[in-house]
Amino acid sequence: MHISNGIINGPVAGVFAALALAALTFCVLRGRRDLDDRLAPMAGLVAAFIFAVQMLNFPIFTAGVSGHLLGGALAALLVGPWVGALCVAVVLVVQALVFGDGGVAMLGLNITNMALLGTAAAYLLIAGLLRVLPRTPIGLSVTAFVSALVSVVAASQGFVFEYWLGGTTDLGGNLAGLAGTMAGAHLLIGVGEGLITATTVATVAKVRPDLVYALRALKPAAPAPVPAVGGVR
Amino acid sequence: MRTRTWGFVAVGLLVALLLAGVVSNYASSQPDGLDSALLKGCTVDPEGEITGGSCPAQQEKAHEVGGPLADYGVAGIDNDFLSTALSGVLGVLLTFAVGGGAFWLLRRRDPAGSGDAGEAARDDRQPAGTAG
Repeated sequence: MHISNGIINGPVAGVFAALALAALTFCVLRGRRDLDDRLAPMAGLVAAFIFAVQMLNFPIFTAGVSGHLLGGALAALLVGPWVGALCVAVVLVVQALVFGDGGVAMLGLNITNMALLGTAAAYLLIAGLLRVLPRTPIGLSVTAFVSALVSVVAASQGFVFEYWLGGTTDLGGNLAGLAGTMAGAHLLIGVGEGLITATTVATVAKVRPDLVYALRALKPAAPAPVPAVGGVR
Repeated sequence: MRTRTWGFVAVGLLVALLLAGVVSNYASSQPDGLDSALLKGCTVDPEGEITGGSCPAQQEKAHEVGGPLADYGVAGIDNDFLSTALSGVLGVLLTFAVGGGAFWLLRRRDPAGSGDAGEAARDDRQPAGTAG
């Protein structure tokens, strides 16, 4: 979902670059509270893992369209929303500067959609779902799947909003068409994102539940008689 | 505790290297959801080049940097599999170095903090040779 140069005009890209920089600075300030000797290497791994899986474009069963993981929900579940957004941003910066993926001038837009919007939408859902769903592997997997799916659709609509502000082609008032096309494709890509996120998080929770940020940070709403997914460390 | 976390990170990194270095060669080369939405209205040949029509993707401009690893390949390596594999491996290592390095420098180090910071501080006070 990386925007290439020339798709959104310069002034709008510049405004979003400033917005993204401000938001990432805030993430650094809040994320430092979470970053300890255990979370820091884990966050490095999450960034590297997202880079790897973003290379794996999968077909989405509509002719000629593929999608890849964005990683916002995965990062939010494993290292929290603040550090998670920074993880996705690191991936996007490396991709833009070294791999020619997404224009450097478009970096603020891409960070806004995938790192900020995607992670924020995911974490809001994670925080809600983990409090009401049972603390079982299935409860965690459902949380991961739903939050990942919604985060991808949210990110795709972030692009539609940006295109409305500064798209370089006059769609002749057919912005709704673009919104529909983007939402439809990304609903299917979101299913892939959901499956990858749920599988990965369930695996980590099985091996090392203490390394799943969301399980540490979010306590169940009611005094749960059921033990946490992996028990305590 | 910290040794176990680093062990987990090492295994995870190995998985990421396999995904980026091997599995990436089986990835779909079709345009992604955003690119295909921007191609609506244009006709495209099998190589992905626009052959006619009118669509937002025609406004696309060249990338500023490019570089030897542009488009997930290594310039100068003709073997597609090797080129993708090597660029993926380099990307994973680079992302881990940049991300992991930055997060490690940013981490909390106040011994008064709760949880792991306190635990880490206690670990550090143990005499050499008895830790772990």
